[in-house]
Amino acid sequence: MNKLILGRFFPGESILHQMDPRAKLLAGVYFILVLFVANNWQSYGLLWIFTLVVMYLSGVKFSVYIRGVRPLIWLILFTVTLQILFTSGGKIYLDVGPITVSNFGIISGIYIFCRFVMIIFISTVVTLTTKPIDLTDGINALLKPLKRLKIPVDEISLMLSISLRFIPNLLDETQKVMDAQRARGTEFGEGNLLRQMKTLVPIFLPLFASSLNRAEDMANGMETRGYQSGEKRSTFRQLAWKRKDTLCIGTMIILTFGLIVLRTGGFIH
Amino acid sequence: MQITFKDVTADYQIGPLRTPRVLDSVDFNLEPGTFTAVIGHTGSGKSSLLKAMNGLLIPVKGEVHIGGTVINRSKNKKSLKTIRKKVGMVFQFPESQLFAETVEQDICFGPLNFGVPLEEAKRIARQVIQQVGLGPDILTKSPFALSGGQKRRVAIAGILAMQPEVLVLDEPGAGLDPRGKKEILSLISKWHNNEKLTTVMVTHDMEDVAHYADNVVVMEKGQAVLHKGVRELFADIHALKSLRVDIPQARKLQLKIEQETGVKLPQVCLTIDELANCLMKAGLV
Repeated sequence: MNKLILGRFFPGESILHQMDPRAKLLAGVYFILVLFVANNWQSYGLLWIFTLVVMYLSGVKFSVYIRGVRPLIWLILFTVTLQILFTSGGKIYLDVGPITVSNFGIISGIYIFCRFVMIIFISTVVTLTTKPIDLTDGINALLKPLKRLKIPVDEISLMLSISLRFIPNLLDETQKVMDAQRARGTEFGEGNLLRQMKTLVPIFLPLFASSLNRAEDMANGMETRGYQSGEKRSTFRQLAWKRKDTLCIGTMIILTFGLIVLRTGGFIH
Repeated sequence: MQITFKDVTADYQIGPLRTPRVLDSVDFNLEPGTFTAVIGHTGSGKSSLLKAMNGLLIPVKGEVHIGGTVINRSKNKKSLKTIRKKVGMVFQFPESQLFAETVEQDICFGPLNFGVPLEEAKRIARQVIQQVGLGPDILTKSPFALSGGQKRRVAIAGILAMQPEVLVLDEPGAGLDPRGKKEILSLISKWHNNEKLTTVMVTHDMEDVAHYADNVVVMEKGQAVLHKGVRELFADIHALKSLRVDIPQARKLQLKIEQETGVKLPQVCLTIDELANCLMKAGLV
């Protein structure tokens, strides 16, 4: 439960911590897109250098990132295996029915693996260095244009920030209820699937009950303080675009050019 | 059942961070049949101490002995269950663990997990629900439809139904009105005496310590800095000051009277009744 790294904030003073959440979000999403430009070892090498430098700049220990990948490692390995087994072409090492292991397959497997790990690393960097509240402010600011399409952006970001705000509480509570049921003799992760499912009931029911209670308290608290949805409101935290942020966007542009140059076959086929 | 902590050190892993030692070389011994109060400031490791008694927090160093069983780093999961059967643990706000459709099912949950047959569990439920001061008609109700105080009692009944030999409680009176709190605590005290339990209770209220406990463990920054009999603890005013521990009302009054009259009473008085008796014997009233 406590091993989940993605979505946690890691306090610090690094340059990445000081950046504007809008810049980080944009850069993070852009990185994931630009990842697909790479198609040979040189371009992947450049991406790796970029990723590792960013990770280094975050000031968070490398082992923390590794732990972030760990919960997803089976999913990654599964995809990589599929890629290796079902890609044909090139030199074939093994051929059993529809399954072939070729050097093309192995290479694209490695690429897929790199993509997964880098996406996790970079998104972990964003969440580790940005306070959840700043993150929602950033998302809110970036979604602002959608307001013209009558999409309730403020409400969505309020919902987002409330749910992010309560994740730690929910995790703590889950831990507490699990401990309490363990003390009453429940063993988690034992027996067959049906038995394991059954042990979840004594955890989820109390959690649902307390979440619903909390939601009601929260709604009442907001209402007593005069919250009205759809009103125009000012914000306590103002986002400030700084030189670092422009620099970050600049770096992303340079990275893109680098990738296009290194990529085999140029940008357009 | 005897509870012994031998140089126990433990910590938690929270996300990417490792907490500093929540328990730091804790070393003490609780005799069978005693009622121990654990006091200390917020974050001093009181709750962790209780968890360590139930195998919910495994020491990274040292060992915890519960009767004949040992909890240490190399303990496997199976044997923890036998410890949990012996040690009933009432968490802070235990009503948040209620989940079943009816009160009866919730109370039976613990015993059934420990292999008690259903009929027997139901019989125990009927018995404990009366022990916690509720009528048997409540057994068929939903635990979510009860009042706060009733929920608390049902949750405690759920632990008592496991028929533990050691009872471990984390602030069982927290969040209740004074009367409800007193009722809960005297119920626990009665159960402790009738069943010859070894009881450990975390509390912030020195009146509770004075009324119910016979010895006290003082926690500070993960260390058990003091383990003494209640009377000995409240006798040493200087030590109490340096530990920033409050003094029960009766004892405070006693000190004031001693100071004003210059007469030193022969014993440390923990309750108003004791103080009144003492004063009469000393001829001050």
